[in-house]
Amino acid sequence: MSRYRSTAKTAARTYMQPMAGWWTKNPYFVRYMVREGSALLLTAYALVLLVGLWRLSQGAAAFDAWRAALASPLSVVFHAVGLVMVVYHSYTWFDVMPKTAPDQPIDPKLITGGGIAAAVAVSVLILAALLWGAP
Amino acid sequence: MPIDTTTRTIEIECLRYDPQTDTEPHFSSYQVPFSDDMSVLEGLQYIKDQLDGSLTFRWSCRMAICGSCGQEVNGVPVLSCHTFLRDYFPHKLRIEPLNNFPIIRDLVIDQNDFLDKLESVKPYLVTKLEKPLAAGPHLQTPQQLNRYYAYSQCINCLLCYAACPQYGLNSDFTGPAALALLHRYNADSRDQGWQVRAEVINADAGVWGCTLVGYCSEVCPKAVDPAHAINQNKVNSAMDFFGVLKLMNKGGTE
Repeated sequence: MSRYRSTAKTAARTYMQPMAGWWTKNPYFVRYMVREGSALLLTAYALVLLVGLWRLSQGAAAFDAWRAALASPLSVVFHAVGLVMVVYHSYTWFDVMPKTAPDQPIDPKLITGGGIAAAVAVSVLILAALLWGAP
Repeated sequence: MPIDTTTRTIEIECLRYDPQTDTEPHFSSYQVPFSDDMSVLEGLQYIKDQLDGSLTFRWSCRMAICGSCGQEVNGVPVLSCHTFLRDYFPHKLRIEPLNNFPIIRDLVIDQNDFLDKLESVKPYLVTKLEKPLAAGPHLQTPQQLNRYYAYSQCINCLLCYAACPQYGLNSDFTGPAALALLHRYNADSRDQGWQVRAEVINADAGVWGCTLVGYCSEVCPKAVDPAHAINQNKVNSAMDFFGVLKLMNKGGTE
């Protein structure tokens, strides 16, 4: 109970707007929910990779079976959706970075832009190393 | 762009709630003639003066500094004096009281919960020793001023609370403006009050109640950036937990 007393005589009969479906009422909140939800897909993808590692420990046959499973249409769709969500999640991660960093004398857009540029550069480097470095 | 002085008519839908007769709110629609220089607040004043004297809303300064006239216009929290009817024409406006607060009547909300929270963050300079007047003024460098200046611009209009789903879902959350003002004083070189504010900032309902939706900073009419104030203090709160702040001699003293 607030120690401040309302000046309205009828304050006891206030009306509280319901919160149900709050995140559908504003595009900003929808993007927030997609941002948070995309972390679940990120987790699922990490689990798929972990299963691969576990199968590798069981020998060549088990690992090949895991790789064959990855080639199924369902798995390809999962990875395609996963890629889109991971890209979006990475973008939002850098997008909120200026808010989590201490006060900086530089433009927040530089922090976000720098983070995205670094992520793109590292991704391209890894991809290049995989394409040309693989024996 | 030349100002259009011709009068057009726009539809304004207002949420109406009379606690003596209504169990829940409904909407009433009004046709309001307006010119290019008319704010949404002036539209509401036209309704009250010319169409329906019972419409109730708060306002005072008409120039975006008193923080009284916050309303939801088409679901977006705005200062109604700082928003113009011309920007909505030819569509209609739907005006509701700020989200996440109890409605007292029509567009008027009960802000007492915020006042309690504002008081809880001790929004004033807390010093170890009182400096005698003879010792002269507290000098600050421009850099020291910059550390808190933006956060001191808050006008307590509560748009950020209306924009915060975490506050809507759990009103124990100390919330954007109060935590931004808490940071405003913690960041002030004249202040040594970290320890006396630590309980509020470190609590689950303190900075850790924020999930960085970030909409508070979007709607703030004074560019206070409460989301930044709160989230950089998650680092400070964690450092306080591990005793690092004391080591850095930044935490002030009891």
